[in-house]
Amino acid sequence: MPATPSQTIGPYFHIGLPPFPGGSDPAPAGHPDTVTVHGYVRDGAGQPVPDALLEFWQGGAGFTGFARVPTDDDGHYTLRTLPPGGAPYVALCVFARGLTHHLFTRVYFTLPENDPLLRTVPRERRGTLLAKPDGAGYRFDVHLRGEAETVFLEPRAPKGRRGYPQR
Amino acid sequence: MTAPQPLTEQATPRYRGLENRRPQRPPIPFVPDPDAVEAAGPVFGTADVGPFDADLTRQHPGEPIGERIVVAGRVLDGQGRPVRGQLLELWQANAAGRYVHRGDRHAAPLDPNFTGTGRCLTDDEGWYRFTTIRPGAYPLEECANTWRPAHLHFSVFGTAFTERLVTQMYFPGDPLLAYDPVLHAVPDPAARRSLVAAHDPALDEPMYALGYRWDIVLGSR
Repeated sequence: MPATPSQTIGPYFHIGLPPFPGGSDPAPAGHPDTVTVHGYVRDGAGQPVPDALLEFWQGGAGFTGFARVPTDDDGHYTLRTLPPGGAPYVALCVFARGLTHHLFTRVYFTLPENDPLLRTVPRERRGTLLAKPDGAGYRFDVHLRGEAETVFLEPRAPKGRRGYPQR
Repeated sequence: MTAPQPLTEQATPRYRGLENRRPQRPPIPFVPDPDAVEAAGPVFGTADVGPFDADLTRQHPGEPIGERIVVAGRVLDGQGRPVRGQLLELWQANAAGRYVHRGDRHAAPLDPNFTGTGRCLTDDEGWYRFTTIRPGAYPLEECANTWRPAHLHFSVFGTAFTERLVTQMYFPGDPLLAYDPVLHAVPDPAARRSLVAAHDPALDEPMYALGYRWDIVLGSR
């Protein structure tokens, strides 16, 4: 069956997609292993994107593993979570006003040479998937376009269709 | 006076989004990997959904203004199997075409009895069901005279994170459908039609609400 097509999230998603459950803070309160991941979402001109929504998913036992974080007026987001368990990355889905289709990517904490997906990513672009330690925790920026464009990932398309038909 | 020109395949000012936000490089396909984090997804439960979340007409002391409607359908996977126990979220304008959002400057009244947000879980057959108010059309701020047809914003989770879907549902027979650049962001006419609900008398609530049927198919994984 053909999949229902995606449509833009529009400018008013904040009312319908509240940051729940756990919001930007899915780590259990007071957990000693909590890490902060933060950064900016930027467009092709380097301008911050103040109306993006980031959904993080990492599975893992003992907490929900899902977080929903809108960018603030400066295009900045902050996630407080636990380090990923089985995999070296957290899955990320990026929505924004002006995107006709959400974008998948991954936030890697290390870049293992034997990672099945990373092996298919040109070496010079792998750095766009790496969260880098900084004073606040880890820094991970999303560049929607431009020189530093983040590597985005495409689900396998159903037969005869591209995964992102509106691209 | 010139007659309005419906959007055609030849001359469609198709909404392609904001150019500065659109990636230029082709996406890299996910590598088939049963251990990939994206092969699973978050699990929501009854604790995440309140008793009035699926009835947007009962979230305030009074009744909202507008035409009551029921919107229901099934969420299916690419093989036509029901997607069970998954979370749907809904947001929309009120009957006057105004959102309860600080960014909405359309000069139409807010309704103190309508927030325009809902959520529900699909049942064992994949069914969801909302009771709400038919939203009004509203003009796009950045365009001289382009009105969005009545629509509902839907967010759906599947069993895999890669099945995540955010989209919009439209109403049958709406004359604005032919001119809507957002609907026409979907190039395939059949895919566009799949975003338009059908009136379904079986879903009507006699003397209370008209029923619309809209099924959702998540990406095949």
